[in-house]
Amino acid sequence: MTVNALEEHGFVPVALPESDREITGVYIGDLLSWVMGRAKSGDAWITIMSNINILAVAALADTACIIAAEDVEITEDIAKAAKEKGINILSFSGSAYDAAVLLYQML
Amino acid sequence: MSEELKFHFDVDGDDFTSAGKASVQVKKNLRQLGLSPETIRRVSIAMYEGEINMVIHAGGGEADVTVTEDCIEIFLHDTGPGIKDIDQAMQEGFSTASDNIRSLGFGAGMGLPNMKRYTDYMDIKSTVGVGTDITMRVNI
Repeated sequence: MTVNALEEHGFVPVALPESDREITGVYIGDLLSWVMGRAKSGDAWITIMSNINILAVAALADTACIIAAEDVEITEDIAKAAKEKGINILSFSGSAYDAAVLLYQML
Repeated sequence: MSEELKFHFDVDGDDFTSAGKASVQVKKNLRQLGLSPETIRRVSIAMYEGEINMVIHAGGGEADVTVTEDCIEIFLHDTGPGIKDIDQAMQEGFSTASDNIRSLGFGAGMGLPNMKRYTDYMDIKSTVGVGTDITMRVNI
């Protein structure tokens, strides 16, 4: 499944510069070093962290997209930087668990 | 590749929000060299952890990356406060980062352990009040 297919399932695009990226798995976590060390390339990364450093972590771990759960606010600055860096971000109103359940059904 | 390739980066200590610039750049450079994704991932994660450490603890520093035929070497240098007890600092979960840093998702005490985990060689030389030099190597 590609990242842009998430739109039809309640995930709201914040920045989708590489919307045809394939999602191959899911990782949930908020401690950035932990995520960077353990998320796999192609994972959809679900987090409630919303500061600019998530972009570097997503870039280095090569995740398919960031899913900002619980409607945490992603500022315009971060959305702009994400577009420039080719990092996909989607917002989601439910919890990380809700997002993971949905993704499980879709993958 | 017959000649060494060198990249130098100044890591800005005041700019916490843009930390990661050097490692993301290194990742791009290594990609252009056609190295394997796993090697690139290991180098860039180890370097990002080092970069973040320099920003959090040392007010910035310098990073030099050398690519040879056999390995990629990352040398990090700072003139920060130094590490009092390296064995303790190497333990997963040990951190001296402030609550403010923790609220940004750092300070989990995973930085140095991750650097060791993702490299084939790591050496730390640190003097309290003088600074820290770290050498890491990832074999190709």
